Amino acid sequence: MALSTHRTTTALLRHLTPAISYLRHISTDSTSTITVETSVPFTGHKIDPPSRSVDTTAQELMSFFRDMALMRRMEIAADSLYKAKLIRGFCHLYDGQEAVAVGMEAAITRKDCIITAYRDHCIFLGRGGTLLESFSELMGRKDGCSKGKGGSMHFYKKEGGFYGGHGIVGAQIPLGCGLAFAQKYKNDENVTFTLYGDGAANQGQLFEALNMAALWDLPAILVCENNHYGMGTAEWRAAKSPAYYKRGDYVPGLKVDGMDALAVKQACRFAKEHALTNGPIILEMDTYRYHGHSMSDPGSTYRTRDEISGVRQERDPIERVRKLLLAYDIANEKELKDIEKEARKQVDEAIAKAKESPLPEPSELFTNVYVKGYGVESFGADRKEIRAALP
Amino acid sequence: MAAIVQGIGATAAPSASSNKFLLSSLGSSLLEKKRNFFVVRSDGKCYTGLNQQQRRAQNVVTNAVATKEEKASAAVGSKPGHELLLFEALREGLEEEMDRDPCVCVMGEDVGHYGGSYKVTKGLAEKYGDLRVLDTPIAENSFTGMGIGAAMTGLRPIVEGMNMGFLLLAFNQISNNCGMLHYTSGGQFKIPIVIRGPGGVGRQLGAEHSQRLESYFQSIPGIQMVACSTAYNAKGLMKAAIRSDNPVILFEHVLLYNLKERIPDEEYVLNLEEAEMVRPGEHVTILTYSRMRYHVMQAAKTLVNKGYDPEVIDIRSLKPFDLYTIGNSVKKTHRVLIVEECMRTGGIGASLTAAINENFHDYLDAPIVCLSSQDVPTPYAGTLEEWTVVQPAQIVAAVEQLCL
Repeated sequence: MALSTHRTTTALLRHLTPAISYLRHISTDSTSTITVETSVPFTGHKIDPPSRSVDTTAQELMSFFRDMALMRRMEIAADSLYKAKLIRGFCHLYDGQEAVAVGMEAAITRKDCIITAYRDHCIFLGRGGTLLESFSELMGRKDGCSKGKGGSMHFYKKEGGFYGGHGIVGAQIPLGCGLAFAQKYKNDENVTFTLYGDGAANQGQLFEALNMAALWDLPAILVCENNHYGMGTAEWRAAKSPAYYKRGDYVPGLKVDGMDALAVKQACRFAKEHALTNGPIILEMDTYRYHGHSMSDPGSTYRTRDEISGVRQERDPIERVRKLLLAYDIANEKELKDIEKEARKQVDEAIAKAKESPLPEPSELFTNVYVKGYGVESFGADRKEIRAALP
Repeated sequence: MAAIVQGIGATAAPSASSNKFLLSSLGSSLLEKKRNFFVVRSDGKCYTGLNQQQRRAQNVVTNAVATKEEKASAAVGSKPGHELLLFEALREGLEEEMDRDPCVCVMGEDVGHYGGSYKVTKGLAEKYGDLRVLDTPIAENSFTGMGIGAAMTGLRPIVEGMNMGFLLLAFNQISNNCGMLHYTSGGQFKIPIVIRGPGGVGRQLGAEHSQRLESYFQSIPGIQMVACSTAYNAKGLMKAAIRSDNPVILFEHVLLYNLKERIPDEEYVLNLEEAEMVRPGEHVTILTYSRMRYHVMQAAKTLVNKGYDPEVIDIRSLKPFDLYTIGNSVKKTHRVLIVEECMRTGGIGASLTAAINENFHDYLDAPIVCLSSQDVPTPYAGTLEEWTVVQPAQIVAAVEQLCL
């Protein structure tokens, strides 16, 4: 393979890398096309899968690495914050699945809509959310994206086209079809990516929504993030047919290696073109989460630690991009380490700033219940203390 | 005065207009709301949004049984108006709003080509096309969810449940995504959706098709609920619900669709949070909504003959309650009778009883009496079905008991 021969050449050059770094083969800002082959081909259901060769640029690969490193660091930091009891309630972490978020972003614009379930921190980041908004929301502070009133499962970013953040399994799927319906109604040539998990794939509302989307040719792309476990239940124990990309029956489907950001990008670009002309399509992202379902789940009672570390060694999305960057000599080890350190620094700064952010005012209890607001003084539940003069 | 403030605070009525009177007397600054449409209030007074104090002047009519004639004649312009049936009034309101705003669309089962199972959307699909008047498959959970998703982007969908009881399947979407989304997103998304449909006990429709969902939905934070009862308020409330930026559930009644009434020709929009004074009186306040209004008015005829003077208020707004109108009435009559079609347990009447007791306890001379439907599934047999709901004779007996 072309890749391996290139790698040996670069290995030889590595000793001289510090000296000749300014004579790099490809600079990090280069936008000239690199073509990479995905390691796993796409499998199609009632559709011809796209080609395995993905066009990318050095700039894009670097952005993949940077974004995924930031996302990984954010999730690990959230883990420690949860254990320190600064984040309460439910916290569902996305580490291991970052490739889906960054690959999807690379293929679409901010005018396209994304809606997902509760494992939403990284997708929020991809849609333009900041670390400060993210950590503040997790800690329930005023500077959070939902003013501290939503929590981990309710991240939203209207300007970025991110529609949440939903706690009830599967309920976001009809909402996603509604977003696609509105796009069709307004004729604005955008699509909606509706993400759900392998657990939600058994919900009736998925099939109801698929039927309607297919009936009216809505530009909806339903993405099943198959991390093989619905909380503690493995997919083969919950679904008679774990081929989620085929379960649309009359709706075409594509199975994608969800740990490969470039494969995800290719699939999403292909799906967007399809949805705009032919109606809905299902993408099944074969991915994996390292943490348990949420912070209250150790994640090792229903799967072995060997399995987790095996996937981490062989399929980790960040490692893949790192290998690509090194192979194409776009960056060297030290630069990549620096990027990871930078990510860590950004995350630490954001946490420190978020910790300083104040808790919401008591009057915030009554704001945003209705759009117009109450326009009057309102008492709290005990009728004595909390009084709010509402907007 | 303290009681009024607390009352408003307890239910937190969102209407700015009903509270401006209080705020002005408390010396706070007023919020000036610009109105650019013609509003006719329930007691027949009309205004174009200028003097707030004028709106609250009491207009006590001593001898009216039903003020329908009053309303029509008090309408500015003294046009005779036009006569139509309640479902036609709903359709008129819907059509006017769809003409006015291209973002308004309808979705539901058989609303398009079939024209609506109660003909509320008849002719609209031919006029506006299949996308704006969308025939959905029988999947309440998802098409309600779809409507909510569309509303998040700025469309103003009207979701029709063929029968209110079917919307129980969409309860998750209505509760979590419709009611709570504005709050959990920190105000980023608003859901200007209208969910409407007929409910209530009909003519021997059986238990599952005679459900009253207002009691199930009343605890959901973030939604508004209104019940229409006449062609006049049906059209006004439909238009107000569509224009509102909050999710509104509009409860219609199966047996009221063929009520004929004369409504004004001019465009009018009613206040979603306001109750309607049907018959002013002195002895007892009877609070009711939807179909029971007619049972109450029938009982009122008997009561007037017997020498009583009941004040009948159609509360219209089921969430939040218009405690301002209700409170003023309680202060006048000191006796309250609630007549509703909901179940006794956990119904609208139960909440209203609690709210009135909490806020106007000092003004009550007798305990509040609440007449509701029996806590049974609605039977099919005609006589049994009759006894499930409140009948005029029971209302008369209750008033006599209350006014002893």
